[in-house]
Amino acid sequence: MGAKGFFTDTTICIGCKACEVACKQWNQLPDDGFALSGMSYDNTVALGASTWRHVAFIERPVPLSNQIADGFSWIFSSDVCKHCARAGCLESCPTGAIVRTEFDSVFVQSDICNGCGYCVVNCPFGVIDRREDDGRAWKCTLCYDRLKEDMTPACAKACPTASIQFGDLDELRQRAHQRVDHLHELGMNEAYLYGADKESQPGTEGLNAFFLLVDKPEVYNLPPDPVAPAKKVKESWISMGLAALGVAAVAFGAVLAAREGNGHG
Amino acid sequence: MIEGSNMAECHPVGFRWVMKAKERGATIIHVDPRFTRTSAVADIHVPIRAGTDIAFLGGIVNYILTRDRYFHEYVVNYTNAPAIISEEFKDTEDFDGLFGGWDGEKGAYNRSTWMYEGVDPEAASGSREGPSGPVQKQPIQAAQNDRTLQHPRCVFQLLKRHFSRYTPEMVENVCGIPADLFLKVAETMCRNSGRERTSAFCYAVGWTQHSIGVQYIRTAAIIQLLLGNMGRPGGSIMALRGHASIQGSTDIPTLYNLLPGYLPMPKAKHDKDFDTYVRLNESPSGWWGEFRKYAVSLMKAYYGDKATKENGWCFDRMPMLTADHSHMNTVAAMADGDVKGYFVMGENPVVGSMNGPMQREGLRKLEWLVVRDLNLIETADFWRSAPEIERGEVKPEDIQTEVFFFPAAAHTEKDGSFTNTQRLLQWHHKAIPPPGDCQSELDFTYKLGLRLQELYADSTLERDKAIQDLTWTYPTEGPKNEIVAEAVLKEINGYTIADGQPVPGFTALKDDGSTVSGCWIYAGSYANGMNMTARRKPGSQQNAAAREWGWAWPADRRMLYNRASADPEGKPWSERKRYVWWDEDKKRWTGEDTPDFIVDRPPSYRPGPDARGKDTIAGMDPFIMQADGKGWLFAASGLEDGPFPTHYEPEESIVQNPLYGQQCNPSRMEWWRRDNPYHRAFADPRFPFMITTYRLTEHHTAGGMSRWLSWLSELQPEMFCEVSPELAALQGLKNGGWATIRTARAEIEARVLVSLRVRPIRIQGQVIHQIGLPYHWSSKGLVVGDSVNDLISFVGDPNVSIQESKALTAMIEAGRRSRHRTVVTSGPLVPAMDPQAWQRDLPAARHKPGSEHGFKAEESKESNA
Repeated sequence: MGAKGFFTDTTICIGCKACEVACKQWNQLPDDGFALSGMSYDNTVALGASTWRHVAFIERPVPLSNQIADGFSWIFSSDVCKHCARAGCLESCPTGAIVRTEFDSVFVQSDICNGCGYCVVNCPFGVIDRREDDGRAWKCTLCYDRLKEDMTPACAKACPTASIQFGDLDELRQRAHQRVDHLHELGMNEAYLYGADKESQPGTEGLNAFFLLVDKPEVYNLPPDPVAPAKKVKESWISMGLAALGVAAVAFGAVLAAREGNGHG
Repeated sequence: MIEGSNMAECHPVGFRWVMKAKERGATIIHVDPRFTRTSAVADIHVPIRAGTDIAFLGGIVNYILTRDRYFHEYVVNYTNAPAIISEEFKDTEDFDGLFGGWDGEKGAYNRSTWMYEGVDPEAASGSREGPSGPVQKQPIQAAQNDRTLQHPRCVFQLLKRHFSRYTPEMVENVCGIPADLFLKVAETMCRNSGRERTSAFCYAVGWTQHSIGVQYIRTAAIIQLLLGNMGRPGGSIMALRGHASIQGSTDIPTLYNLLPGYLPMPKAKHDKDFDTYVRLNESPSGWWGEFRKYAVSLMKAYYGDKATKENGWCFDRMPMLTADHSHMNTVAAMADGDVKGYFVMGENPVVGSMNGPMQREGLRKLEWLVVRDLNLIETADFWRSAPEIERGEVKPEDIQTEVFFFPAAAHTEKDGSFTNTQRLLQWHHKAIPPPGDCQSELDFTYKLGLRLQELYADSTLERDKAIQDLTWTYPTEGPKNEIVAEAVLKEINGYTIADGQPVPGFTALKDDGSTVSGCWIYAGSYANGMNMTARRKPGSQQNAAAREWGWAWPADRRMLYNRASADPEGKPWSERKRYVWWDEDKKRWTGEDTPDFIVDRPPSYRPGPDARGKDTIAGMDPFIMQADGKGWLFAASGLEDGPFPTHYEPEESIVQNPLYGQQCNPSRMEWWRRDNPYHRAFADPRFPFMITTYRLTEHHTAGGMSRWLSWLSELQPEMFCEVSPELAALQGLKNGGWATIRTARAEIEARVLVSLRVRPIRIQGQVIHQIGLPYHWSSKGLVVGDSVNDLISFVGDPNVSIQESKALTAMIEAGRRSRHRTVVTSGPLVPAMDPQAWQRDLPAARHKPGSEHGFKAEESKESNA
């Protein structure tokens, strides 16, 4: 099994949310409640335990570089679990519930998950989340059950404009680079790939679900420099050691100072 | 050019191909009052004042004509541009917005002067669509042509004069589109048209739902004919239909005035017998000369062996029209207590149709109501869930209507076909049986018919023969004895009675009673006993016409009028755009598609003076359904409101018509009733803002299929209005807060979305604020909200009786509506105004008769009496 993933080309997303609905239907996920957010056409607001695909609606007071419009643009982006090469959730899971599959995707085994929630704070993207009613952690499975049957994940299958493309990662990356080149030729110089490889995103060592964006990551509610927390373990230990030494030095100094004080006293 | 359509939101699956075209370098232009999800991915967004598209499109016509950008050879040979028009014809330029022939007594045009010089005025296609008139004695073919296009009364010069004031500056003044943006769009269209290139229009109900809607589409047709974009690959005007098979329900109609295959419904006043019916509707020239064959075959489908030549094919069994029974007229009659019963199938009129209060008033006066739906929709529950009930004006116990609610099967639970916007029939197979008592429309109707035949079996009344004699035998299958859908397709396709063999196409249909066909244009969909609509060869494995996927009417033509893809000599206009051409060696038309032409008629053929029927079609006339084979820049017949499109303001506007003294379409349909009050024609201070209504991707029209589903309801959970930051500041509206929107008919409340997607339009110093209102919500389902169509009045286009819901005036204020919200059936919300003081119409047009539309209303009263 080769590594599989998603390439989401936000420039051809029409914001129809078919991916959200197809995902919820296939995975039989509950709704998130019926409340108007007031934020453009986005009412599911964020990825969470019961929303594994989420379309962001971004209203910008500037036009796209290749569009004639009255000082405005509206961009859409279907967000999903990135199935990171270095996955914070997987590395932090104490029970071994989160595993890497034969498709190189990151998968939560719900029958093992004990709901400790370490994964939730260790995801640099805020993707994985615990469901309030059962306490366990849930996220996109890359439609593992469909992949086992050689079927395309529900979201990519439902996407009418092929904004969400599923396939072999090597091929997707190649296609994505060609797409960026093509957009540059058309004068859309702001187009770039987010998380396509280890070099451009060392903190995650690359994403198995990567994106073509036309504005800064923050605009899409994506971190500009995501890092899997475990990557910082070494630095953490060193700084913790240094801190311990510092504390010890202060304590030692204090004792000395007290002694000196006593000596004079 | 996508205009009058929000294709990405309302047709997201079809929009896949627009995005593919964009990837291949196509320029996408979106003209819309709002910046929508379609605008978001378009190359150019053109903001337009709602209700002014004719001014914009007319501006493009003017641009093409004054700068000589039209496709000369195409226009001279394939359109009626050279035709000389009657000397008596008078244009709107002559009468300040009225054409010649206005009859103030009738409130309608006498159209006899809108005709080619020397031709008897009554048109075949006209009598098919309007009330039948005198028999047309001679073909509508121009007696005189000026191929130099210089004659002052040739269509080309008349068109030029008609649109001469539609300049870029006028477009800016009327539509609020900056002149330089307009010029950019006009030039883009022209540059992308001609021998080597073609441009297409996509429209939807943003064009049709106006009191002058048909003429919006006419203007686009004029542009496409001038630029040579009809009947050619990549060209055309695509009407995006609102549901999976709305096209199918026009072809095999749910419309009151049509029989299958666009044969007119018989009219009691004119069509005394079958021969008269045929005589009044067949055309002495063009393809409609074949009318009798299709009509006889249809009668044989209805009445089988009972239909004989001697008894006029059982024509006297047919129901006949006594008046205009279109939707709004019927509902108004219902509200007056003149309608007993009502079948509602696949529709939710109290939410989806205009003037919801009057719709519900109508339902309250019925004896019985049948509703079939997936969910218990508002139309079925109007007696306990409605604004009038909520505020206590109407008590459920006082409503005497007996309501029958039947659960319906979903499309996954039944066999059948969808006919899509390009006339493509696609078969769908039942995936699972319908649960419980759920039933398909087909099975329900079949079994209802069986019960009716049983009920009337012993009747000796003459009128009941209509039911007794009906052919109603179909095979059934499965545990529930469901009717076999393919058997119906076979009947629709048609067959020869002698051997029961399906006919290969409509040319095999006969007028001697030896063939049956339920819908002549669908003949061939079941050719050789094979369900052609179920073909599924992927497009990637065949040519661009993809003829082995599904089946397209007529005769599996994927593109209508494709003879126009070749030049008059029959050669492709260019290699790049080759599609159908004349093969000189084989002496036949050939190409990528089924030629839409008489296949062995050479380009050089010219009809003799005595030719009749399809023999009148010359070898270079591509538009074979027209009596003269030409594309009509000038509509010599068939339209109620003018041979040329003219800009009129909506019934309720905040702008005085900048082009003419005549404010509104003079032929529009109005209903002057207590429960249908109108605003002043323009600048009504009580209603200073424009509203426009629309759909969202997340919901399905009146919500019957989406508001009961959590995965869709959570995506758009509440009724909202969209306003610009400027309007929000002006009226104190806050994003996420509440607003009340009011017309003379009703008031509703909605949450507020403040967005730059809605921009104020500036016209000569006047600022026009537009409010966007999606219409999906009502009182039932998982998500509820006020219903926008409560705000909308009955006012209609005179050609097709469609309502005006895309442009009207309203007031918006911050805050929620009063708990006891008001709707108009409890009495007018605002003091009634004297219609004569409002100056909607020029004096000549001001005295429209009665409370309803023109002579149609009079006929309606006759029939009621």
